[in-house]
Amino acid sequence: MKTYASSATERKAVPPPAKSWITLKVNGTARRLEVAPWTTLLDALREQLELTGTKKGCDHGQCGACTVLVEGRRINACLTLAVMKDGAEIRTIEGLAPGDGLHPLQQAFMDHDAFQCGYCTPGQICSAVGLIAEGRARTMDDIRELMSGNICRCGAYPGIVAAIHEAMRADHGQAHR
Amino acid sequence: MNTFTYTRADDVASAVRAIATEGGARFIAGGTNLLDLMKENVEHPSRLIDITHLPLGEIRPGAEGGLRLGALATNTDVAYHPEVERRYPLLSAAILAGASPQLRNMASVGGNLMQRTRCPYFYDTATPCNKREPETGCSAIDGVNRSHAILGTSEYCIATHPSDMCVALAALRAVVHVTGPAGDRAIPLAEFHRLPGDTPHVDTNLRPAEIITAVELPARGFADHHAYVKVRERTSYAFALVSVAAALEMDGETISEARLALGGVAHKPWRDPEADALLRGRPATRENAQRAAGVLLREARGFGDNDFKIELARRAIARAMAQAADMRRRA
Repeated sequence: MKTYASSATERKAVPPPAKSWITLKVNGTARRLEVAPWTTLLDALREQLELTGTKKGCDHGQCGACTVLVEGRRINACLTLAVMKDGAEIRTIEGLAPGDGLHPLQQAFMDHDAFQCGYCTPGQICSAVGLIAEGRARTMDDIRELMSGNICRCGAYPGIVAAIHEAMRADHGQAHR
Repeated sequence: MNTFTYTRADDVASAVRAIATEGGARFIAGGTNLLDLMKENVEHPSRLIDITHLPLGEIRPGAEGGLRLGALATNTDVAYHPEVERRYPLLSAAILAGASPQLRNMASVGGNLMQRTRCPYFYDTATPCNKREPETGCSAIDGVNRSHAILGTSEYCIATHPSDMCVALAALRAVVHVTGPAGDRAIPLAEFHRLPGDTPHVDTNLRPAEIITAVELPARGFADHHAYVKVRERTSYAFALVSVAAALEMDGETISEARLALGGVAHKPWRDPEADALLRGRPATRENAQRAAGVLLREARGFGDNDFKIELARRAIARAMAQAADMRRRA
């Protein structure tokens, strides 16, 4: 295959790619860091900024454990290159709660026992923050569909859906079925 | 992931120039498929050209009453755009049937067209695959092929194109706008992707160094009678075993215009103008739906594990037709 062969050949000829300095506005604070082109946002957060609340599950965009909010939208940090987010506003699980308190979703997850091992929880909560901001979910079924990018291998789904439903209702300030 | 060089393109012309001069370079936008393929060592570009800063994200009125979707508009932008929801709800439904909210927030219109097959052998570098490495053989033909194609296959490849969005775009007769070293051109979506033949490593008819700038929807949106039926292994967040986009215009009980397209069954969204023609002027009965299915599937062939897809597609077509015909515009 021509493309394959030429890319393999050129790969050997490529000089060591330069790292670059970027700024990420993480949880309201500008953080300056040097990243390689292939450093994912997930690895930059965990390994360089020591924000280990965001979890590495599958590292292929299938489990949702790495979900963070970029410019207010939920994304998979494992399939995002840090260098491409230079200057972006990032919110992680560490930045949701005001001060020492809990974010309403964090409180709802506790109230509804929405976890067992807890590994998927930061991703679930960040994803739910995105879901509520999107304003598209109305019913429990909507929540299940729009949370399908977050897998919980302990199977805590009933608690997760109930917690999000409660937080969503409180956020909207009105009752949904 | 392999090492590579990163460049940010500031305008379309410089992006095209940059990719034209380096055979191993790739454009990156959402990155949801490309980075995954790089982690799996299936793709190993020498350079990534970041195109996310190009002015290609806009959704605006197109020529002749249509709607023009910028190549960098995200799947979410498109699916929830008021004009798409109002005039092209079939497209919204297809997009929302695919991936997860996180991925839809990242993935672009152009990237959705350019995404590669999810054939497990294509991803598994320990097995032969003509698409990944030409002339090594196809592991799927005699392998585990439950998810594979039943139409337009070749002895070299039975992979499917995984997109839901493209199935709706095919039914809506969208046009892909591209630009490259030789200038601009427009490619009907139905001709954008290709069948595998003896060169399955080539997914599309895009020429080297060309870039997708927009996808244009014609004025007819089939908002009153449409359905996207997707059958998959679990309720959400899975690729289609079979999907059907049905777009109808009804004159009373009679179909005045029909567009059917299938997903999950071929190397490209599958259409057959004869099936559409057969439905025109006929009532939307189950019999006529089955006749149309017979035309669409006339060359269908299973490879063992995926034999069931032929009957499944037949039934999914009938269901999509019935849903589209019975639909009433919501007040």
